[in-house]
Amino acid sequence: MSTQDTGTRTPSGAAARPGTPRFIDSVSLIAGREVSMRLRSKAFLISTGILMLAVLASVVLGSLFGGQSEAAKVAVVGGAASVVDGNDALEAVPVDDQAAGEQLLRDGEVDAIIVPAASDPLGVVVVGLDETPSNVMQALAVYPTVELLEPAAVDPGLAYLVAFGFGIVFFMSAITFGSTISQSVVEEKQTRVVEILLSTVSARALLTGKVVGNSVLAFGQILAIAVLALLGLMLTGQRVLLGGVGPSVIWFVVFFAVGFVMLAALFAASSALVSRAEDVGSVTTPVTMLVMIPYILIIFFNDNPTVLAIMSYVPFSSPVGMPMRVFLGTAEWWEPILSLLILVATTAAAVLVGERMYRNSLLKTGPRVKLGDALRG
Amino acid sequence: MLELSDVTKRYGERLALDHVSFTVGDGRLTGFVGGNGAGKTTTMRIVLGVLSSDGGTVAIDGAPLTSVDRRRFGYMPEERGLYPKMKVLEQTVYLARLHGWSAEAARRNALDLLERLGLGERLDDTIESLSLGNQQRAQIAAALVHRPELLVLDEPFSGLDPMAVETVQAVLADAAASGTPVLFSSHQLDIVERLCDDLVIIAGGRIVASGTRDSLRAQHATDRWELLANGDAGWLRQQPGIRVVEFDGGWAVFEAESDAAREAVLAEAVARGGLTSFARERTSLAQIFKEVVR
Repeated sequence: MSTQDTGTRTPSGAAARPGTPRFIDSVSLIAGREVSMRLRSKAFLISTGILMLAVLASVVLGSLFGGQSEAAKVAVVGGAASVVDGNDALEAVPVDDQAAGEQLLRDGEVDAIIVPAASDPLGVVVVGLDETPSNVMQALAVYPTVELLEPAAVDPGLAYLVAFGFGIVFFMSAITFGSTISQSVVEEKQTRVVEILLSTVSARALLTGKVVGNSVLAFGQILAIAVLALLGLMLTGQRVLLGGVGPSVIWFVVFFAVGFVMLAALFAASSALVSRAEDVGSVTTPVTMLVMIPYILIIFFNDNPTVLAIMSYVPFSSPVGMPMRVFLGTAEWWEPILSLLILVATTAAAVLVGERMYRNSLLKTGPRVKLGDALRG
Repeated sequence: MLELSDVTKRYGERLALDHVSFTVGDGRLTGFVGGNGAGKTTTMRIVLGVLSSDGGTVAIDGAPLTSVDRRRFGYMPEERGLYPKMKVLEQTVYLARLHGWSAEAARRNALDLLERLGLGERLDDTIESLSLGNQQRAQIAAALVHRPELLVLDEPFSGLDPMAVETVQAVLADAAASGTPVLFSSHQLDIVERLCDDLVIIAGGRIVASGTRDSLRAQHATDRWELLANGDAGWLRQQPGIRVVEFDGGWAVFEAESDAAREAVLAEAVARGGLTSFARERTSLAQIFKEVVR
C-alpha cells in the first residue's frame, strides 16, 4: 500500500461530527438553494422585470386613457348658462356674444359654445369646431329613468375584470413556476447530481424543498406585482375597488397556496420521467392543460352560474372558481370551506403519488420512464 | 466494518446480483474489480441506499444499515454530476451542509479539502467552467467534504490525468489511514493493485474472489521463477529439469521440475556472476482477474 502523507488531515479545531440533519433542515437548505439559484439567473430576473414593467405600464396607461374625465369647458352665451348650471360634466365660461365664443373655440380654450336659440325645442344650439363635440353632447343628453326588475349585485364589467385577474395570476404563476420546477428536476437528472443528493437526503425532502422553494418565489412574485399595482394605482390617483374584492382575494390566496403545491408536485413528478431538458414539454403537457382549462373557462363563463358552481368544486379550477363565486356573492359561507377540504385532500393525494413517481424515476436515465413503472417502482 | 451478506438484486428476469457477500474492513482500502455489467455499480448503489435490494443484508459494525448510517457515507457515483452553474466552494459547502454540518464547519472542511485536491485557485469558478480533470477533483471533494465514516467510490480514477491520480490516491490512502473503510471500483487494474489492501472480484453478479491482496496473490501464485542477470542467460536452457517460459537476454522466466533443479539454477547463476534478481514470479492482478473470471 502506498501511503503518502499529504500533511493536514484534520484541521485544528474541526467541529465534532454533526448529528443527522432533521427533515426540516434539509428542506430549508434545498429550498434556499432553489431560491438563490433562481435569483441569480438572468433569464428569471429579466422576465420578472418585464412582467413588472407590464403591470406598471397597464396601470399608468389605464389612468391616462380610462381615468376620470375632467369637466368639458364650454363657452356660454347669455341665457344658455341655465342649461349648464348644475351639470358637473360641464364648466361654463361666460362670453358676451357668439363671436367671442368662436374665438375661444378656435384657440382650443373650450370644446363648444352653447348659444340660446328660441327656434330650437331645447332652447339652445351647440356650436362645435370641426366635429360634433361628443363629450359635451353626452353631458347634455337626457335619458329616461331606468328601473331593473332583477338588478345584478355586481357590475358585470368589474366581474369580468376580477375573473380575468384571478385567472391570469393563477395561470401565469402556475405555468412560470411549474416550468421552473420541471427544469430544476430535469437538470438534476440530466447532470446526474441527483444520485449524490439521494445518497444524502430522502427523495421526499428533495421534492418538498423544491416545491417550497418555488412556492416562495411564486408568492414573492405575486406579492411584488400586487404591491406594484396598488402603488401605481395610488400614485396615479385612481381609486382602488378593494372593498368589494377583499374577501375573495383572501380566499384566492388560500386556494392558490394549496393548489400551487398540488400543481408543483405534479410538475415535478411528470418531469422526473424524462432525462433531458428537451423532453420536458412532452411529459408536462397534461399538467399544463389542467392549468389552462380553468383559465379559459373563467374568462368565458364568469357569468354562467352552473359552470362556476362546478368549477368551484373541481380541485384544478377551484382556486379560480370559488373566489369568483365569493366575489359574486353566490356562495354560501360553508361552500369555500368544503371546496378547500376537497382541494386539500386532492393535493395530499397528488403529493403522495407525485413523490412515488419522482422517487421511482429519478435514477432511471435514458428513455422516458413509463407511467406504470414510475407508479409501481 | 461494512458487511454484505447474500445481497441479491433482480432487474425483471435478469439476476443482476446473486448472493453477493463480502466485507470492507475499517481502514482497509478495498478494490472492487469486475467487467462491465458485472454488478459493481448496482452493489454500490445498494450499499448507499439509492437502490433497494431484493434480498440479503448490508450491515455496518454488525448492525443492519439504516438511512441514518448512510447519511455518514461518502459516495462518488459512476455517473458524475454536480450542479454546473454552482461555484466549486459553494457547491461543496452545500453538500456538507446537507449532511448536517453547520455553515461554518462546512466551509472549513470544504476549503481544507479543495486546497488538498489542488482546487484552491478555482473556488469561485462554476463547475461547468472547469476542465474535466478538475471536475473530477470537485466530484471527489463532494464525496469527502462531510468527513464520511465509509467511502464508496465508483471508478474514482477514470478520466484523471496522472497528476490527479496521484492526488486522489493520496487522499484515499489518508482516509483509510484514519480508519475509514474505503470501497472503490476501477478498471485500471494496475492502480488497484498498487493501492489496495483487499480485493473483491465480481463477475456476472457473483463474487468470484475476495480477500487481502497478498492472500489472493499467494492463492494464484504459479510455480514460475524469474531470473535477471547481467549478460546472456542462454545457459538456462541447458539446465536439467528446467523449462524456460519466456526469455530475453539476461531476463528469463522458467518452471522447475523440483526444488533441487531450481536451487541448481540459483547456484549456477551465482557462480556465473552478475545475478541481480532471483524470485518467484509475482502474479499480477490482471492474471488473477483473468483466471477467476474465466
